Amino acid sequence: MGIERAFGEGIITTRLDKIVNWGRKWSFFCYPFVTACCGMEYMSAAASHYDIARFGAEFPRFSPRQADLMLVVGTICHKVAPVLKLVHEQMCEPKWVMAVGACACSGGFYRNYSVVQGADRIIPVDVYVTGCPRDLRPSWTAS
Amino acid sequence: MADESITIQKLRETFGDRIEVVPAAIDMDTVKLGRDDIVEVCGFLRGEDDLDYDLMRDLTCVDYIDEKPRFEIVYHLYSIYHGHEIRLKVRLDEQDAAIDTITDIWTGANWYEREVYDLYGITFTNHPDLRRILLYPEFEGYPLRKDYPIDKEQPLFEEREETRGVR
Repeated sequence: MGIERAFGEGIITTRLDKIVNWGRKWSFFCYPFVTACCGMEYMSAAASHYDIARFGAEFPRFSPRQADLMLVVGTICHKVAPVLKLVHEQMCEPKWVMAVGACACSGGFYRNYSVVQGADRIIPVDVYVTGCPRDLRPSWTAS
Repeated sequence: MADESITIQKLRETFGDRIEVVPAAIDMDTVKLGRDDIVEVCGFLRGEDDLDYDLMRDLTCVDYIDEKPRFEIVYHLYSIYHGHEIRLKVRLDEQDAAIDTITDIWTGANWYEREVYDLYGITFTNHPDLRRILLYPEFEGYPLRKDYPIDKEQPLFEEREETRGVR
C-alpha cells in the first residue's frame, strides 16, 4: 500500500492477471450453440426482463473465431456432435464452455440411440447449469 | 348396417371382403387391409366425391415383435371438406417388409415413408426418393424396432478420456 500513497488519488495497483481476468469476466462474447428448448430460455435471458447485458454478455457472436464462451444449450444428438467438436476447435484460447440445461449436462431424460449423454463427452465443459429448462433467476456468474 | 359411416359402406360396396373393419376401434373408423390393396383403396378414398380424403395425416409403423406378421403400417386419413376420418392398417412380415408407396396419391407421404424406412427398415417400392431422413449415413440398424437395444449409441466422435466409462 505504500506505493499507492506515493502516487496520490485515482491510482490503484494490482496484478496484471487479476486485471485481465476482471476484464474477461465482465465482457463475454458468447457463442450460443443452441439446439433445443433451452434455447428459448437463453433467448429469454438475453431479452430485456432477465437481461444478460448487465453482465456484459449481450452480444452473441455467431462466429467461433470471435467468441470466448460457448454456451451449449439444448440436446446434443450424435448427428450434431462432430459439428460441436469442430466449432469448439475453431474457437481461440482462452475459451470456456458452459453446458446449459439437463440435456447438455448429462443427456437429460433421454437415454437412447441418438442423444449424447452430456456435452462433456465431446468437449471439456467448465460450468454446468442444470434444469429442464434451466431456471432463469440468474446464477449467471459464469465468470 | 345403418350406423356405419358412409366411408365404410362405400368401401364394403367396392372392395367387399378385401377389407376388414375393426369393430373395437371406437375413436374412428379403422380398416385392415392386405398390402396389395393399399394403393387401390387409397386411390378410391381420394377419388370418390363423397369421401374425398385429401389429407394424409400420418403414416407410421408399429412393431409387434411377438406377433407374426410383425410390422403394422398405420395410415391416418382425413377429409377436409367432409370431416371424415379413417385409419388403415396393413400388416407386413419381417422377411418381406415391403409395401407400395402412396406418394402418387398424397405427396406428403414422401417424408413419412422415408422416416419409416430409416427407423424401421420397411421398403416402399416405387418411392421417388427412398433414403435416410433422420439418421446419419454411418448408422447401422433400425433403431425403432423392438429388438434394437434402447441405449446402444453409435457415436461419430472420439469420446474424451475424462468421461470414458462414466455412465
